[in-house]
Amino acid sequence: MNLKRVTLFSGHYGSGKTNVAVNYALNLAKSGKKVSIYDLDIVNPYFRTVDAENQLVKNGVELIVSPFAETNVDIPAMNASSYKMVDDLSGYAVVDLGGDDRGALALGRFSDRLKEENNYDLLLVVNKYRPETRDLEGVLQIKKEIEYASRMKFTGIVNNSNLGVETTEETIINSLDFIEQVSKETGLPVVFTAVRDDLAKNISKKIQNVLPIDLIKYGSWL
Amino acid sequence: MAEKVLMKGNEALAEAAIMAGCKYYFGYPITPQTEVAAYMAKRMPKIGGTFLQAESEVAAINMVIGVASCGKRVMTSSSSPGISLKSEGISYLAGCELPALIVNVQRGGPGLGGIQPSQSDYFQATKGGGHGDYKLIVLAPASVQEMVSLTFKGFDLADKYRMTSMILADGTMGQMMEPVSLDLGEVKEYAKPWATTGTANHEGRNIINSLSLSPAQLEEWNKSRYERYAIVERDEVMYEEFMMEDAEICVVAFGIAARISKNAIMEARKKGVKVGMIRPITLWPFPKDALKKAAAKVKSFLSVELNMGQMIDDVKLAIDCSKPVYLCNRTGGVLMSPDEVVAKIDEIQKGEAKAW
Repeated sequence: MNLKRVTLFSGHYGSGKTNVAVNYALNLAKSGKKVSIYDLDIVNPYFRTVDAENQLVKNGVELIVSPFAETNVDIPAMNASSYKMVDDLSGYAVVDLGGDDRGALALGRFSDRLKEENNYDLLLVVNKYRPETRDLEGVLQIKKEIEYASRMKFTGIVNNSNLGVETTEETIINSLDFIEQVSKETGLPVVFTAVRDDLAKNISKKIQNVLPIDLIKYGSWL
Repeated sequence: MAEKVLMKGNEALAEAAIMAGCKYYFGYPITPQTEVAAYMAKRMPKIGGTFLQAESEVAAINMVIGVASCGKRVMTSSSSPGISLKSEGISYLAGCELPALIVNVQRGGPGLGGIQPSQSDYFQATKGGGHGDYKLIVLAPASVQEMVSLTFKGFDLADKYRMTSMILADGTMGQMMEPVSLDLGEVKEYAKPWATTGTANHEGRNIINSLSLSPAQLEEWNKSRYERYAIVERDEVMYEEFMMEDAEICVVAFGIAARISKNAIMEARKKGVKVGMIRPITLWPFPKDALKKAAAKVKSFLSVELNMGQMIDDVKLAIDCSKPVYLCNRTGGVLMSPDEVVAKIDEIQKGEAKAW
């Protein structure tokens, strides 16, 4: 799959969009690209891209996020600079949407411009171990709802199947058949599999297109 | 064992409630517990249950009273300011002796406060909140798995003792994701001859009421209720002991503060400090005996809490102030780091800390 200028991550809430988006943006930056990450989460004030601010800034990724994320101001706000995503065509844009169709609603205002430029991927992040997306029916339902809310169609799938701290190589291997089935049913390619960095090296020997995930650091007690 | 799934505390709690046979949910959105309501809104229609977003917290708790009167498992959830609004109804639930489950995913207070995690509703949960002589069974989860198991337990205890149970969680427990097993076992059914389900099969009428026209009768009601509370205090205390065998300092902490403390204890142990923890899982009934027993062995206690010092009073009462008790706390929605707890432990070791 060719790299598009804009890569949008959407999916069920808790599917791991933020960790995937942050690591994807860091990866692009490390390969020398000019990258901005846009946090369009209008649903949840917690666990946001801003938690990875130091790492993003250090690697030259521009972070565009509501100034109210992770504060006590609990309002569905977007940063006014979010329009840069469609106004400034000179840089790569990685977009982290809020969960479910409610989160994808934020995309509606950009969808015409994105379609006009026609240089984007809208990727569906799937974790097989989330109860609501553990079967084909659940994934198709969420896909349909997000496409309706965002007025855009998905172009690919990201396999982010994991069980948090209890993820093992087996956890990921056991998800492959299901993700393949989702891919077949939707006609969408599996663009990459996101794997926690300590497992990534080994698993790369077995499957293609692995994106190692350096998890955003919260308190070690979490 | 069933395959594990990755769930957010709030949704895991909601699913556990459904698995416990709760088919009725009344609520009103508030961060950081909104996912409970959102999950119920999605799931209840699928299982033939009822989800209703009430016009206010006060309305929601009164709907809970209605369903509980019919002997059905019912719950509501909110976060701190919302629980204050529900408190009148919670007192009525106690007065009517109705089983129900109330969930408080705490945020910083007082007032509108903030949306970050807190434990500053300890007093409200364990000492009343509403008016009158009553107690709630208060359960404090410290993991997403316990959000599940204690919800299940909360419904069971409520039915068993005709009491209202409360899950006292916090924003972290509600928002964090962890792998969980939803293998919860059988739901135990309890006979509810008092429920208002019609007069078909019994003589007379069942009346659910908290109003007494006679002071002497009200006194009698209160006394008999407290006799039941005494049984709960005797039989239903839950706590976890961690590295207490040789401990000289006993940390007392619940919920997220206990998780932070566990990390701190491991750090302190690396430095050779003998520290352990008693983690109350039931905040009421409070594990008084466990603390009293520990008091005979340890030199001091350290209460770690996300408030200005609330549970620490119960720690002092439990041990009859026989040992110095210290406080390590943050408030307003700020979590302490394990290092801050370790620093406090160091201070106690050096005799520089001031007892509460």
